[in-house]
Amino acid sequence: MTSAQLPLESPPATPPPSGHHNHPEKWEWYHYFLYNVDHKVIGIQYLVTAFFFYLVAGLMALFMRAELATPNPDVLDPNVYNTLLTNHGTMMIFFWVVPAAIGGFGNYLVPLMIGAKDMAFPNLNAIAFWLNPIAGIFIGISFYFGGAQAGWTSYPPLSLVTNNLGQSFWILTLITVGTSSILGALNFLVTIYKLKIPDMRWDELPLFCWAMVATSLLALFSTPVLAIGLILLFFDINFGTGFFRPEMGGDVVVYQHLFWFYSHPAVYLMILPIFGVMSEIVSTHSRKPIFGYKAIAYSSLAICLVGLVVWVHHMFTSGTPAWMRMFFSIATLIVAVPTGVKVFSWVATLWGGKIRLVTPLLFAVGLLAMFVFGGLSGVTLGTPAFDLHAHDTYYVVGHFHYVLFGGSVFGLYGAIYHWFPKITGHMYNETLGRIHFGLTFIGTNLTFLPMHNLGLAGMPRRVALYDPQFEDLNKLCTYGSMILGVSILPFLINMIWSWGWGEPAPRNPWRALTLEWQTTSPPAIENFDEDPIVWAGPYDYGIDTQSFEEEELSVDEMLAEVGQEMK
Amino acid sequence: MTAIDVNDNTLNPSTATTAAAAHHEEHEDYRLLGLMIFLASESLMFIGLFVSYLIYRGAAAAWPPEETEVELLLPAINTIILVSSSFVIHMGDVAIKKNNVKEMRAWYLGTILMGLIFLGGQVYEYLSLGYGLGTNVFSSCFYVMTGFHGLHVFVGVLLMLGVLWRSRRPGHYHATKHTGVEMTEIYWHFVDVIWIILFLLLYILTLF
Repeated sequence: MTSAQLPLESPPATPPPSGHHNHPEKWEWYHYFLYNVDHKVIGIQYLVTAFFFYLVAGLMALFMRAELATPNPDVLDPNVYNTLLTNHGTMMIFFWVVPAAIGGFGNYLVPLMIGAKDMAFPNLNAIAFWLNPIAGIFIGISFYFGGAQAGWTSYPPLSLVTNNLGQSFWILTLITVGTSSILGALNFLVTIYKLKIPDMRWDELPLFCWAMVATSLLALFSTPVLAIGLILLFFDINFGTGFFRPEMGGDVVVYQHLFWFYSHPAVYLMILPIFGVMSEIVSTHSRKPIFGYKAIAYSSLAICLVGLVVWVHHMFTSGTPAWMRMFFSIATLIVAVPTGVKVFSWVATLWGGKIRLVTPLLFAVGLLAMFVFGGLSGVTLGTPAFDLHAHDTYYVVGHFHYVLFGGSVFGLYGAIYHWFPKITGHMYNETLGRIHFGLTFIGTNLTFLPMHNLGLAGMPRRVALYDPQFEDLNKLCTYGSMILGVSILPFLINMIWSWGWGEPAPRNPWRALTLEWQTTSPPAIENFDEDPIVWAGPYDYGIDTQSFEEEELSVDEMLAEVGQEMK
Repeated sequence: MTAIDVNDNTLNPSTATTAAAAHHEEHEDYRLLGLMIFLASESLMFIGLFVSYLIYRGAAAAWPPEETEVELLLPAINTIILVSSSFVIHMGDVAIKKNNVKEMRAWYLGTILMGLIFLGGQVYEYLSLGYGLGTNVFSSCFYVMTGFHGLHVFVGVLLMLGVLWRSRRPGHYHATKHTGVEMTEIYWHFVDVIWIILFLLLYILTLF
């Protein structure tokens, strides 16, 4: 009965024992539509739901771009344009990137990577997921009443005077997904801290898990502040309070502080897990140990800490006093340092590696290019002297689409391709993957690069009607967005076809070293049919970790040796 | 077949229940840690409220603005009740550690009554004040902050009722297994600390 004699590819032959293991041997398709506490089911539920909302919000963007192809508002009613504008941002952030990256990949991968059977609180995990469909219903109701129209930031006084009912349901939506995010973050922290298998040292924790630690800390400490800002806004709209009504002694800038205290860290919520994904993909497909493991791990924590004190850089034009501008500008520029540490580490990992240019790595390299570009425009915007001119122009729109689309969404695509064999048990189609990457890369740059020029020339964001001089560049953006719209087709075909009829995937198609690749594809219900073994560090590619023939020399002995050679 | 499967398969019903209990036991400390993290997160909501309140206060010419003064006597009595209830609930914890469920239930019942008296006093205060939510930004802050805290007190009372309900089954809580009791107590202390800060901000600070 030793585990070494086991046939590796066969599932456990025994029926599940009674007691607290109350589950069938294998999940059927309908289990994915029901309340389920398995972290892998929840991860897939998050990913699929989020992807549905991504398609909806993407369609909104296509309609907006169609409207912006000409200077006059001719395709959409201006109010509808405002609704689309608000909800495109809201859904892309709160229904796609955050749930897909944190809820989807976080849930699916963290327990597998640390060798656990499930999350620390499986029920809480399921509850956190099911809050998302409820939020989806809320935002549906908001649409029914015309939708929120005050932008995803919903600054008062605008949010107090436009479509109160739609705005109120929009607030309920955000509070619901915020609660989900807090419950998820709590679960990740306890899971990583308590359920990591004892063999795994902290400096052998996969970098994705380190990124999830930083992400969870941020979500825990910033989300409640957004919730309170939105609750106050809700009271102002519906119960006649005066928090953001200057005539009653209130102050609209207080809302901006409460909002950005969450919503700036939210950009790190959306990129930190992606940074984690990057470290996994880059190292696995360049067949090299990750460069600067500790630097990458700790820089996530540094981004998390510094990221909490930079929020006022969104408010340089809100009458912010000079000392505050200076402080927050410096803090903002400091964030570039840990981010740069990561970027250089990935480049150094790629450098001289045995590169396997598969779709996940293509997206990772694409991310590197796009994110650095978006990061640099971010540095310019962090400088008040420049920000005062570029604020609320298309320059800002271009900037954050480079980091959010070129960064987060590219990372999500890369992650989907990378873990597709593990999640579904089938290989994806490489050719379709490459076509998808090519179209996405071209489409992204064509859509968002001209926006920088538009912004510098003075085109304001959030408008359906603009000056005719901007028409040519806007046309270019619209063509780009159409390519992006088309680029989703090879992806969808690839996913659906490969999931159903793709070539079966072995346990470890990438020959990767993190623990999730030690189990079957897809993993058994409690993850590991036999206990995983940490026989190498997560990134020890090309290192013989099993033989210890060479004796280890201390630094002094090495110096002595070198000294003898010199003589 | 792995070793763990063999063990599970050969379990007879009686050992299965102890295994399930042991399984339950091993999750105990997770829940305490989870609650602590949750409360740390929750406290940020209150900190957001406190800081907003201080900003409004700093910008106002007179604080509280005219005709929205607060009374002091009733809230002071309320404060004493809530703070002492923290000691009462702790006696419940001491009792359950000595395996005395009956005494624990008595202390918890006492805490519930004190919590209800607090809530009643709060409602009485709302009714006797001459201004409402929308009078000015101070009254908005006052009602939202105390109301939000009151909601937390109410949840605490529900949690304690839950402990009472569950403890009616003999052996549900005992000297070594009482995480539910402990979590309720920690939550109650949290609500208490928040109230002390609220009391300082809304009542004491308005005196000066």
